[in-house]
Amino acid sequence: MSDLLIHGADLVGRGRSDLLIRDGRFVDPSEAGSDTRWLDADGLIALPGLVDLHTHLREPGREDAETVESGTLAAARGGFTAVLAMANTDPVTDTAEAAQHLSALGARDGRVQVVPVGAVSKGLDGVELAELGLMARSSAAVRVFSDDGHCVSDARLLRRALEYVRAFDGVVAQHAQDPQLAGAAACCHEGEISGKLGLTGWPAAAEAGIVARDVQIAELTRSRLHVCHVSCAETVDIIRWAKARDINVTAEVTPHHLMLTTSEVLGYDPTYKVNPPLRPSEHVEAVREALSDGTIDAVASDHAPQARHDKEHAFAEAAFGMLGLETALAVVIDTMINSSLLSWPELAKRMSITPAGIARLTNQGRPLAVGQPANVVLIDPSARAVVDRNATASLSRNNPWHGRELPDPVIATIWAGRVTYQRES
Amino acid sequence: MRHLLSAADLDRHEIGEILDLAEEMSLVQGRPVKKLPALRGRTVVNLFFEDSTRTRSSFEIAGKWLSADVINISAKGSSVSKGESLRDTVLTVAAMGVDALVIRHHASGAPWQASRWIDAHVLNAGDGTHEHPTQALLDAFTIRRHFRNSVPDVSNFEGKTVAIVGDITHSRVARSNVLLLNTLGAQVILIAPPTLLPSGIDSWPVLVCTDFDQVVPHADVVMMLRVQRERMSGGYFPTPREYTIGYGLTRPRLEAMKPGAAICHPGPMNRGLEISADAADAANSLILDQVAAGVSVRMSVLYELLGGAE
Repeated sequence: MSDLLIHGADLVGRGRSDLLIRDGRFVDPSEAGSDTRWLDADGLIALPGLVDLHTHLREPGREDAETVESGTLAAARGGFTAVLAMANTDPVTDTAEAAQHLSALGARDGRVQVVPVGAVSKGLDGVELAELGLMARSSAAVRVFSDDGHCVSDARLLRRALEYVRAFDGVVAQHAQDPQLAGAAACCHEGEISGKLGLTGWPAAAEAGIVARDVQIAELTRSRLHVCHVSCAETVDIIRWAKARDINVTAEVTPHHLMLTTSEVLGYDPTYKVNPPLRPSEHVEAVREALSDGTIDAVASDHAPQARHDKEHAFAEAAFGMLGLETALAVVIDTMINSSLLSWPELAKRMSITPAGIARLTNQGRPLAVGQPANVVLIDPSARAVVDRNATASLSRNNPWHGRELPDPVIATIWAGRVTYQRES
Repeated sequence: MRHLLSAADLDRHEIGEILDLAEEMSLVQGRPVKKLPALRGRTVVNLFFEDSTRTRSSFEIAGKWLSADVINISAKGSSVSKGESLRDTVLTVAAMGVDALVIRHHASGAPWQASRWIDAHVLNAGDGTHEHPTQALLDAFTIRRHFRNSVPDVSNFEGKTVAIVGDITHSRVARSNVLLLNTLGAQVILIAPPTLLPSGIDSWPVLVCTDFDQVVPHADVVMMLRVQRERMSGGYFPTPREYTIGYGLTRPRLEAMKPGAAICHPGPMNRGLEISADAADAANSLILDQVAAGVSVRMSVLYELLGGAE
């Protein structure tokens, strides 16, 4: 493969410089030769390839909704070079063999690095630990463990998991949802709108209560806890408090919780049914502020493809989840960059450097510098477009942004020196 | 009127029209031959995803007395477990060429979703814990008749106080009645233990009280809500006994009611739980009038939806 010269990009908003890629790494741009391919990046910003801590690829089990191939192509179109694939597939990723199978699928079909997340408990049942150590020691080298979709609500099981993963520098990513306060039927933020619509409430206290408990257990065990999809102001306050105490906790927020509010649910459109639910604007403001000041460390898409028929039930019976990989960066630019809540270097931290660090991915989230792996996304920060749910690489269409005008930033994505997506000009 | 999904869809004038027409329809009930040709050739499907013998029968009789062809389809159980989506079920029925779909569903909002998928008129016959607009209309019809002398204007309930008592959180009857009675100018007071008051109730156009006895002497209408079996084991209140003592329409409360005040209940009643037999069978109980009104009001609504030139 010939060398690739990216010419004139603004590197992470810090100034223009050329990038020369050879054999998957950045090399000195002055070494460019006559046969070097050029990619004109004049006016574009280069960021390290984005890393998504929270993706549902649905394979194996629901290949009608998404596959490793389609989901990772969506990821590349969204500027990602790595995704953490959640364990709630069928079968569940709760053994070394299952994790290795997913890694192999990623190596074969992936347009980004596919990193398996291991289940905390066998079959996600919240009762017995899955084989965490064997998953960690396997060639899949699992470091992030989560029962996402289910809360590890048993405090003792969580304690054991947190203690156990310390042996291999793992992290437990908690889906914080007290099953007593917000059971399986809970589908709408508990408040004025749930009361008016007659939908079962999902109170903020069901998230914040679990996080308050979990940070105590993290302190007790001195282990790494990560809080998935923080959705409410109360949780932000607890994480801020925990970080002030040097408790080893990190947190993520989804693009949809940065922008959409409960009022989207007023028409009973299951496209807006997501777990945790969309919250009122005061919560949206709180999570934006927390992402700005670093209380929330990372943006994670919670890309959750659903077959169309699973979304065409009554609201209470329809599947949870929204697509997110292709629009994540657009939403963060709109909500955080355009409102000056984040700078470009900070955005690179929240969407690449920090998530790579949480997942212990040594070849992702690296500086755009000579000798480093060539994972880079080129973006046009001013382009905008109306989102069309049919213009997607995903096999699913549960896109809450359909019909909205958003930034349309991604021009090209390069993973390990390979162009995995390039917009047709 | 395209659909009737919510009691909030109707303004005072439209409610007045429906209730006036229902008065005319009620004359049919007294005739030996109970049939009007108004909806001959029109097809009404009662699509019931949840059992409800009385509501279904009421719609069925209403349609038949207007000479519509009425078909009942029971689609009980979760669409998820049956493997057919709500959309497919609704599209399948609509594809048979029906003019109106009367939908009862155990999940809130299902008739709204259906109305976006099909061209036929959609009539909400009760959706989950959300709304039941024809129940609110028939309640208004019954209340208005009872107060014929003091409420001469069909669409004006100013000065009347309606107490709705019981499980407000899970009641579609309460939600629709709050909306409709508020449009008509009545003062609504909701009475329940705090565990059965929905979140966000502070923003509703009502007064809220947890002490039934305080309200009883002031209400012109006391509307009792059914206590569902599953609430009794759901920890919403300690025991049925405690509920009855706190929130039942017992004999002492019956006696404390304002002279001329009326008793309503959407049925089916749990006698001895939320309502005593004395109250259910009292002279000022309108419970059977409500049932009769149901047919007249549903005839009126079906006519409003289907009777006009298309």
